Amino acid sequence: MATDLTPRVTTELDYAGAERLTMNMGPQHPSAHGVFRAILTLEGETVVGVDAVIGYLHRCHEKLAETLAYVQYPSIASKTDYVAAMTSELAYVMAAERIAKIEVPKRAEHLRVLVAELQRVASHCLWLGTWCMDMGGALGGGATIFLYCIRERELVLDLFEKLTGARLLYGFHQVGGVRYDMPEGFAADCRQTIDLIEARLLEYEAMLEDNTFFLMRTKGVGVISRQLAEEVGISGPLLRASGVDFDLRRDAPYSSYQDFQFKVPVETDGDCLARYRVRMVEFRESIRIVRQILDGLPEGPISSRPGVKAVAQVRVPKGETYTRVEGPRGEVGCYLIADGGPKPYRMKWRGASFSNLAVLPFIIPGHSVADVVAIMGSVDPVFGEVDR
Amino acid sequence: MIVPFIKGFANTFKHMFRKPISVNYPDEKVPTFPRYRGKQVLMRDENGLEKCVACGLCAVACPADAIYLEAAENNGTVQAGPRYAELYQIHKTRCIFCGYCEEACPVSAIFMGKDYELAVYSNQDFIWDKTELLVAAPGTPPASQAR
Ligand code: SF4
Ligand code: SF4
Repeated sequence: MATDLTPRVTTELDYAGAERLTMNMGPQHPSAHGVFRAILTLEGETVVGVDAVIGYLHRCHEKLAETLAYVQYPSIASKTDYVAAMTSELAYVMAAERIAKIEVPKRAEHLRVLVAELQRVASHCLWLGTWCMDMGGALGGGATIFLYCIRERELVLDLFEKLTGARLLYGFHQVGGVRYDMPEGFAADCRQTIDLIEARLLEYEAMLEDNTFFLMRTKGVGVISRQLAEEVGISGPLLRASGVDFDLRRDAPYSSYQDFQFKVPVETDGDCLARYRVRMVEFRESIRIVRQILDGLPEGPISSRPGVKAVAQVRVPKGETYTRVEGPRGEVGCYLIADGGPKPYRMKWRGASFSNLAVLPFIIPGHSVADVVAIMGSVDPVFGEVDR
Repeated sequence: MIVPFIKGFANTFKHMFRKPISVNYPDEKVPTFPRYRGKQVLMRDENGLEKCVACGLCAVACPADAIYLEAAENNGTVQAGPRYAELYQIHKTRCIFCGYCEEACPVSAIFMGKDYELAVYSNQDFIWDKTELLVAAPGTPPASQAR
């Protein structure tokens, strides 16, 4: 297995001709989770090199942020990582709040954590479903588990629709708080949903854990060593599956994470199975956090500022900051430079999937083509976030 | 080796006796929740006059630049206030349904409606104008429901 620290890319191989085959996987590929092109160099069935071509989904997000006011951009920020829209919104508003030193009411902070954790559940549902569908096979996944997971994700999206009025791109956060308070009966619905999802997690595990096919597809596949993980700079569940005990929610608490108890799962194997295990525990920990929030949600205002009454109403003084948020895929960062006007001077996203993708050329070579989809799926990239 | 398979298949077998969750769209519609942000509607006040005063705040607040409007003085022929929007367009392909227009409007003239079936056959129809956005005035035929 090529887990040494040299990425093996096609351009660096001295191409010998006949016995090697160059294959494009993507940009449109049924098992790719977006528009991503991997140029694989094959020797028979074995991949010896991989080039990644990204940028098909580039939408000029950072430039767009410069042209939109602080009150306008949060709803656009959700479009970077469209599978976990709440995360990037949170990173952006936190950056503006930090420079402008805007207080956020306690209730809003708790609601922010609530949606972030529900979002993690929804995002992990999509990851598990699509990953298992990519790997195919009778009980190794197939469409069965995909449909089960999507069924549960729909329940979370229903909650989001009740709360914000949208199912995918919410526009829930605003500088100074959140835009929507919990509607009547939301807490009860939320409890019911997370109880159901917790029960359904057992169903997934009944199908996957110990299942020989699933283990064959995941165990020892795509091993990221601890050293490699630290060197490439991956984050999130991938990092924790490689034995690094690091979670921003615990180690650099933002919003109101310091108020809640949760465990940070760590696995040491670094293979696809370890990443699966980490995420399965994260499911349960997120549900635990949601319960804690619902139990002790403080009363009070949900925002220290009015809504979008006038575009220039949020004045952010000169300054710059970097905020980071633990999204479902890892560290989502927002670097914001303000020049005192109603719009940011410059804004830069750190997409978790972008950095996580960088590990592919290290771990894919040596595996067969079929394993490439398993590895890609376990990295869980969202190309909206990679290309921005 | 064989036990996990039995466990797994028992799981899928159980699902055969559960109520299906799929919805027969479009014969059955998925209900939306009260806060759903769909196609906008322009409101009228209790006297049937158009509420919109063409201040343009919604167009300024719109992050996607989806709203275009032209103000005009009312010469008495329109069921509206003294100043109203002669032309009010929302560009459907630009709108991201963020709801900022609703929030920005000082007179609560625009609301996010519930309609989510927005597909059209022609690119001309991507622009909603007042005939499609404005609620019907009392005593006049309903505004066009065409999409
Ligand atoms: S919903 Fe948002 S994007 Fe659509 S018209 Fe209103 S402000 Fe513009
Ligand atoms: S809809 Fe409201 S905000 Fe927009 S122009 Fe009319 S009155 Fe002004």
